[in-house]
Amino acid sequence: MKILGKLTILLCGVLLLVFTMEFPDWGDPDSPASTHLSPYFIQHTMEDTAVPNIVTSVLADYRGYDTMFETTVILTAGLACFLLLRIERKKVPHRYYRHEPTGVTLRMEGDKFPRNSAVFQRMDANWVPYDFVISRTCRLIIPFIQIFALYVVAHGHHSPGGGFQGGVLMGASVILFAISHSLRAAIKSFSEKTAALLSVTGVFIYAGTGALCLIFGEVFLNYSALAPLFGNDRIMARSHGILMVEIGVAVAVTAVMIWIYYNLSSAGKQDEGL
Amino acid sequence: MIWQLELIILLLVIICAIAAITVRDLLSSALLLGAYSFLLCLIWAVMGAVDVAFTEATVGAGVSTVFCVAAVFHTTRRTKD
Amino acid sequence: MESIFSLVLAKANYAVYIILMMVGLYAMIAKNNLIKKIVGMTIFQTAIILFYVSIGYKRGATIPILEHHASPETVAHGAEKMAAHAMDAVDVAHYINPLPHVLMLTAIVVGVATLGVALALAIKVYNTYGTVEEDEINQQLRSG
Repeated sequence: MKILGKLTILLCGVLLLVFTMEFPDWGDPDSPASTHLSPYFIQHTMEDTAVPNIVTSVLADYRGYDTMFETTVILTAGLACFLLLRIERKKVPHRYYRHEPTGVTLRMEGDKFPRNSAVFQRMDANWVPYDFVISRTCRLIIPFIQIFALYVVAHGHHSPGGGFQGGVLMGASVILFAISHSLRAAIKSFSEKTAALLSVTGVFIYAGTGALCLIFGEVFLNYSALAPLFGNDRIMARSHGILMVEIGVAVAVTAVMIWIYYNLSSAGKQDEGL
Repeated sequence: MIWQLELIILLLVIICAIAAITVRDLLSSALLLGAYSFLLCLIWAVMGAVDVAFTEATVGAGVSTVFCVAAVFHTTRRTKD
Repeated sequence: MESIFSLVLAKANYAVYIILMMVGLYAMIAKNNLIKKIVGMTIFQTAIILFYVSIGYKRGATIPILEHHASPETVAHGAEKMAAHAMDAVDVAHYINPLPHVLMLTAIVVGVATLGVALALAIKVYNTYGTVEEDEINQQLRSG
């Protein structure tokens, strides 16, 4: 199999190299990729949408239909992970408890577990002692990461950023909380039900903005129809419409990243974590 | 950027990719994937694709590495080849 | 000699992406371990993204964010400012082609979603068969 694999990639690689020599030079401003559609976007984005970041305006306005289905794909991936891995809580057979004064570990089965006990501490199967430095440091950093994520989403019009990057940053902050403390603490503050509902809400915000444009009388996802809603002219309404869909994308991406992490790191049981 | 530096970083990218599929320990493979993502993000930032570099830095080198490590943690760590 | 060297340098990015693609393809075909195959898939995807981004590069151009000439009297956005901006001719060769960047943003995020589902499948395979090596799984399938 390995020899067959090496032969295949050698053949493919040589063929691809031979035909790539016909490509235009790297860095050529007159190459066909840069001469048909992108000059229109570069020249007209300011007078059409008042957004200087060309990538954001093309992503959310000129090609907004694409981005809506991409958000749906992310939601489908989160749903697929959930449906593949999730096990119900009743099927988990045993738990480990540690008796604080003596350090003895107990393994208990059945249904009766000590709840909120002062001397019995619930542990994971691979018990890692509570680390003071890591948990306190991450507690200090996480609010700043979240503020930066909100900044990236809001400032996507003028600087590199936008909905995806801000959403992943926000999701990463909750994942950091789940890693530095325990997974159960993270689930208590941001439950799985919240994550699932938020991810659907994000897609709903995106499609809802398009439907709102339909209600106002224009084509689906033509944000200039929202001008009476914002009280502005048609160009600024497009800029605000881009902001609305970016918020929808950020919410959806945050929730799906957290949801996939909850399901992957506990292999569906959501009891223990990394 | 100086073209020699770009060439060296491209070479490092290839070395990281080959190492990520050659090492026997799956945890090292996941972390080499994270390093590969970071180097690619650097190349794209130099080439002027700042949005793509930002996304790759958060997604590829952040969340994707965490997912891989979580999956390795729940399967085995050694591999035969 | 100079022309060959400049020819190679002009297409160095393309050669690199072909090598990366072949590395990823080899991992997906020939490796035994499921997680190595998934790593190969990720390498393949990022190599394609490198290819697209290097198509859109223009030598001597800057990032695709329009330079904002902020003047103190036009603080609020309005129709007048838009007319003023439309009058500055935007030099197309001054900005890098933004279209591949847009497509690749979508590609990266879809890539991470695919990675999540693939890893969930790998964990499920491990729970069912007790191993993630492909030949052992084949053996169990044939005998069991």
